[in-house]
Amino acid sequence: MVHSFFLARACSRLLSIFLIVLASSFSIQARAQDSEPVRIGFMDPLSGPFASIGTSGLTVLQFAADYLFNSRGGILGGRMIEIVPLDNMQSPTETQIQFRRAVSEGLRIIFQGNSSAVANALNTAVTRHNRRNPGQEILQLNYSAVDPILTEENCSFWHFRFDAHAVMKLNVLTDFIAGNEDIQRMYIIGQDYSFGHVVAETSERLLREKRPDIEIVGNEFHPIGQVKDFTPYVTKIVASNADAVITGNFGADMVSLARSIIDSGLDIPIYTFYAAYDGITATLGTDGKNRIRLVHNDSANPIPTGERKQFYRDFKAAHPDRDVTQPRLAMALSMLVQAMEQTGGTDPYELALALEDMRFTTLSGEEVWMRGSDHQIFQDLHVSVQTDEGIEFDADNSGFGLLTEYKVPAAETIVENRCEMKRPQR
Amino acid sequence: MKALAAKSGVWAGYLAVLLLLPLIFDSILAISIFNQMAIAIVFALSYNMLLGQGGMLSFGHAVYFGLGGFLAVHALLMMENEAVYFSIAFIPLIGGLTGLLAGVFIGSFSTRKAGTVFAMISLGIGELVAASSLIFTGFFGGEAGVSGDRTFGPPLFGMDFFSDVDVYYLAAFWVFVSTVFMYLFTRTPAGRMANAVRDNPERAEFIGYSARWVRFISFCASGMFAGVAGGLFALNYEFLTDENLNLVTSGRVLLMAYIGGLGFFIGPIIGAIILTLMNFLLSNYTELWLLYLGIMFVLTVLFLPRGFAGFIMMHRLAWLRGSLHTLALPYLLTGLPALLFVLCAVCLLELSHAAEPVLHFLGLSLARDSVTVWAGLLLLATLGWYLTRKSVPGLRRAWEAANAPDADAAREQAT
Amino acid sequence: MPEVLVFATLNGLVTGLLLFMLASGLTVIFSMMGVLNFAHASFYMLGAYFAYSISLYFGYWTGLILAPLIVGVLGALVERYGLRRVHQHGHVAELVFTFGLAFLIEEAVQFFWGQDTKNYQTPDLLDFPLFTLFGQEFSAYRGFMLAISIGIFIGLYQVLTRSRVGLIIQAAISHPHMVANLGHNVPLIFTAVFGVGTALAGLAGVIAGPVLTTFPGMALVLGSIVFVIVVIGGLGSLPGAFLASLLIGLLQSYAIAANVGMPDLLALLGLEFPRSHPLDDLWTLNLSQIAPILPFLLLVLVLIFRPTGLMGKREQ
Repeated sequence: MVHSFFLARACSRLLSIFLIVLASSFSIQARAQDSEPVRIGFMDPLSGPFASIGTSGLTVLQFAADYLFNSRGGILGGRMIEIVPLDNMQSPTETQIQFRRAVSEGLRIIFQGNSSAVANALNTAVTRHNRRNPGQEILQLNYSAVDPILTEENCSFWHFRFDAHAVMKLNVLTDFIAGNEDIQRMYIIGQDYSFGHVVAETSERLLREKRPDIEIVGNEFHPIGQVKDFTPYVTKIVASNADAVITGNFGADMVSLARSIIDSGLDIPIYTFYAAYDGITATLGTDGKNRIRLVHNDSANPIPTGERKQFYRDFKAAHPDRDVTQPRLAMALSMLVQAMEQTGGTDPYELALALEDMRFTTLSGEEVWMRGSDHQIFQDLHVSVQTDEGIEFDADNSGFGLLTEYKVPAAETIVENRCEMKRPQR
Repeated sequence: MKALAAKSGVWAGYLAVLLLLPLIFDSILAISIFNQMAIAIVFALSYNMLLGQGGMLSFGHAVYFGLGGFLAVHALLMMENEAVYFSIAFIPLIGGLTGLLAGVFIGSFSTRKAGTVFAMISLGIGELVAASSLIFTGFFGGEAGVSGDRTFGPPLFGMDFFSDVDVYYLAAFWVFVSTVFMYLFTRTPAGRMANAVRDNPERAEFIGYSARWVRFISFCASGMFAGVAGGLFALNYEFLTDENLNLVTSGRVLLMAYIGGLGFFIGPIIGAIILTLMNFLLSNYTELWLLYLGIMFVLTVLFLPRGFAGFIMMHRLAWLRGSLHTLALPYLLTGLPALLFVLCAVCLLELSHAAEPVLHFLGLSLARDSVTVWAGLLLLATLGWYLTRKSVPGLRRAWEAANAPDADAAREQAT
Repeated sequence: MPEVLVFATLNGLVTGLLLFMLASGLTVIFSMMGVLNFAHASFYMLGAYFAYSISLYFGYWTGLILAPLIVGVLGALVERYGLRRVHQHGHVAELVFTFGLAFLIEEAVQFFWGQDTKNYQTPDLLDFPLFTLFGQEFSAYRGFMLAISIGIFIGLYQVLTRSRVGLIIQAAISHPHMVANLGHNVPLIFTAVFGVGTALAGLAGVIAGPVLTTFPGMALVLGSIVFVIVVIGGLGSLPGAFLASLLIGLLQSYAIAANVGMPDLLALLGLEFPRSHPLDDLWTLNLSQIAPILPFLLLVLVLIFRPTGLMGKREQ
C-alpha cells in the first residue's frame, strides 16, 4: 500500500506548506496603544458585480479621514485614523466571514452600507457576538442600508443608522408628488425583494392618504437583476396611461428601466432613490434631464457652504475619476470622532452612549440629530432633479448632476419610535 | 496486514490533524477558516461523488447543500421557540436527510441520462430552486435569509457552542465521519459500479447493472452529504440565504473539485483547502483576487487536467523508482523563473489597477506613474518568461529519465 | 388591451431574434464540436464593450463592423489554443473550460473597463421613433435590431444550405472523419466555425449594448437563457434554435404583459385561502413575477419528456 503511504506523505508535505502560510498570515493584533492608529473597518463590496458602489464609498471614507483628521494632526491627541477595507462582495455569507476577520484583527468599529440584507446579517452577527463576548463588543455604523426594520423590530444598541430609512424618504417623496397637481395616475414598479416591497406598499399607502385622487394604475414587481429588456414592462406602463412612475430600483435595473421608458417615447417623471453616480448619470445623460427625480439626504447643487464646496473640490483634485457619492460618510465619521473625543477613547459601549442623542452640524451647515431611542438619524432631506443647468458639481464628469428642487428640514422628517431596545448592562 | 496498517495510519493521521489544528492556530480568524474548510471539504467530496466517480456534471449541486442548510436553520429556530429539544450535534443529520430526500426526488427523473442532458437538467433545477427561494419568502426568508441560534440546545461534553471553537470540534467530527463514509462508499459495489457506468454505461448494462439505478444511488448519496455540509454551514454561520443554493455556490464547488483534482479521493479536499484559503486570505490583499482565481482555474483546466491531486500523483512512479530527487533541480530551474514571471505579472496587474500613487508589494514600494518601474517589471517578466521557456525542455528530459524503466534497473544495480 | 398585445409581440420578436443570434452560433458550434460553450454569452458582452470603446473614437458604425471581427478573432484563438488542447480530456473538461472562461472574461471586463455602467449610446442616425402606435413609440433602433437579426438568419440559412462551405460544415457535423478523409482540414473548419459563431455573439452584443445596458453582469443575465434555448430547440438544430428563441422571447413578453396570476386562478376555481396561510407566497404569485424563470421550467419539462428537444434528432 505504497499508494496510501505516498498520499500520506503528500498530505503531510502539503499541510506543512499551509501551516507556514497560515502562521505567517495570522498575528493577533496587539492592544491599541496611545500612538497606534485608530483602526476602523469598512465592509462593503469591493470586488464582484456590486463593487463600484463599495469602492466609491471606500474612497470617500478614506479621503474624509485624511482630509478632516489625519492631515490636521489626528484624533485623541495625535492618533491617526486607519480605514481597513473588508470586502464582503455584498454577500451575506462573505459578510459573516469578513466579520470574523474583523473580530480577529481586533477591529471594534465597522462601517457598512450597501444592501439591507447584508446590514441585517451583520446586525444579527454583531448582536450575537456582543452578547456572547462581553468586553469585546463591536459597533456597527450603517451609512446606507434603508430597510426600516433595522431601527424598528430588529433595532440594536450596537447599530446606528446615518441615513434616512425608506419610509422617511418616501414620506418626503410623496409630499413632493402630492404637490404636483398634474399627476393623476401613478405607476409603481420595483425589484421583487424586501426594499422593493417596502417602497411599493409605503408609497401606495402614503399617496392614498395625501392625494386620494391619484389613482395607482399599476403595482408591479420584477425579479431582481434578471430582466434583460424592460420594454415589456414599459408597454404596460404606457397602456396604463400613467403620468408618473415610482421605483426603488438600483444599479443596472435602474438604468435599463429608465432607458426603456425613455426609448418608448414616454415623457413622464421617474421618482426614485438610486439613479445617480457610478455611471448612471452619464448613461442617462440628456434623456434623463428633468425626468429623473430622486430623494436623498445630503445636499446637492447648489451647495450651501464654502466648506463643503472645498471638500468636493479637494476630493475631485485627488480622485478626478470619482465623485463624492455618499457625503454622509464624512458626517458619520465626524460624529464618531466627536464621540471618541468626548469619551477619550475607542470603547464601543462608551461610544454608543456618546452617539445617542448627539446633535451635529455637517459641512453643509445642516444640523442632524441621532435619536437615542432607536439610533436613527434625522437630517434634512432633499428631492433633486437630474439636469445640466445650474450644476456646479456634476456626476460622472458628464456635465449633468443633481439640482435640489424641494427640501424638508430635519424636524419635519421625524417618525414615531418603534424600537424596543435591549440595552446591555455594564 | 501492512496495507491495513498503512491505511489506518493515514486515517489516524487525518483525525489527529483535525483535532490538533485549533490547538496550533487558535486565533478567531484561523478557527473560522477551519470551519469554512470543514464545510467546503464535505461539500466538495460530495460533489466528487457525482462528477469524479459517477461522471455526472452538475451545475446545481448547491440545491442540496442549501436545502439541507435551510432545514437545519429551521430546526434551530424550532429549538429556539422550544418546539423541540435535542443536541445540536444532530443538526447536520437533519441537513443530510433533507439532502437525501431532495436527491431522491430530483434524482428520480434527472439521472435517466448522464452527459449533457443531466448537466442541463441540473442547471434548470438549480435556477428554478434559486428563483423560488426568492419568491417563497415564508420558508426561505427572501434575500435577507433565515437566521437561527445554535446555543439553545443542551450542552455537549461541556461545550455550549458560544464560540466557534466548539463548533469546530463538532464539525471536525462530522467531517471525519463523512469522509470515512464517502471513502467506504467508493469501496462498495455501488461505488465501483458508479465508475464503470461513468466509463462505459453500455458495458455496465451488459453485466446486469442498470446504469440509471447506479447513477441514482450515487446521486442520492451525493445529495445527502451535500446536505450534511449545508447543516454544518447552518451551525457555523447560524443563517442561510438564497445565495447558498444559487448558481454561484454550485459553480464554486465545481471549481473546488476540479482544481483539487477529479477522480482522486483526496482531490476535492485539496481543492477545498486551496479555495478557502484564497477566499479568506487573498481577498484581503487585492480586489483582483477573483481575476486571479479565474486565471488559475483556466490554467488548471488547460495544463493540469487532473488537478493538483493529479499533479502530485504524477510523481508516484518516479517516487517508487527512487528517482524523485533527480527532478528537484530541474523543477527549481523552471520554477524560479516561472515564479519571477508570475510575481511580475501580478505586480503589473496591481499597478495598472492601483488607486493610490504608491503600491506596496512584497515589501517593495512601487510608484504607479514611474516609467522605470513599469519598464523594469516588464523586463523582469520577459526574462522570467524566457528562462521558463528555455528550461522546459530540460525539465521534460529529466522527467522522462526519472520515469524511464532503466532508472529502476540502474537503482537495482547500485544496491 | 390590443396595444399591449401588439407591443408584447413586437418586444417578444426583438428579444427572440436577438437570442437567436446568440443561439445560432452556439448550436452550430455544439453540433460540430460537441462543445456546449458556456462562455458564449461572454463573447456577446465583449462585443458590446469593444463596440463601446470603438464608438468613443470612431463612432457607432465603425464599432458595428470592427467589434464582431475582433470578437471573432478572439473566439478563434480560444478554440485554437484553449479548447483544442482541452479536447483530448473529454467533454466534461471542455465544458468546465468554457465555464472557467466565462468567469475569467467577466473578471477581465471588470478589470479593463471598470464595474460601472457604460454610456453606450444608439447612433444619432437611428435616434427617432419608427412609428407610434396607441401612443407608444417603437424606436428606429429596435427596427434596426429586428432587420439585422432577420438578415443574419436568412444569410446563415442560405450559407449553410446552398453554399459549398455550408455543405462541408453540414457534413462535418454528422461525419467529421469522413470529411477529413475527403481531404478537408477539419480542425481549420472547427476554428473558423467557432470564430464565426463568437463573432455572431459579438454582433448581438454590439446591437444590444445600447438598449439593454452595457455592464459587467450582462453576460450572466443572458448566459443560461441561451443555453436553455439551444437545449429546448434540440441540440444542433438550427431551425429548432430559431423556433425556441422566438418561443422564449414571446413567452416572456406575454407573461409580463398578462395581468394574471394565482389569485385569478383561485378565483376561477372558487377557492380562497386566508392571508396567513403558510403558502401565501404561492397563492399571491403573479405570472409576470416569474416570467424570467419560465424558460428554466420549460427546459426541465422538455428534458424530462422529450430529451432530444423540440426539433433535435439525437440524444446526448
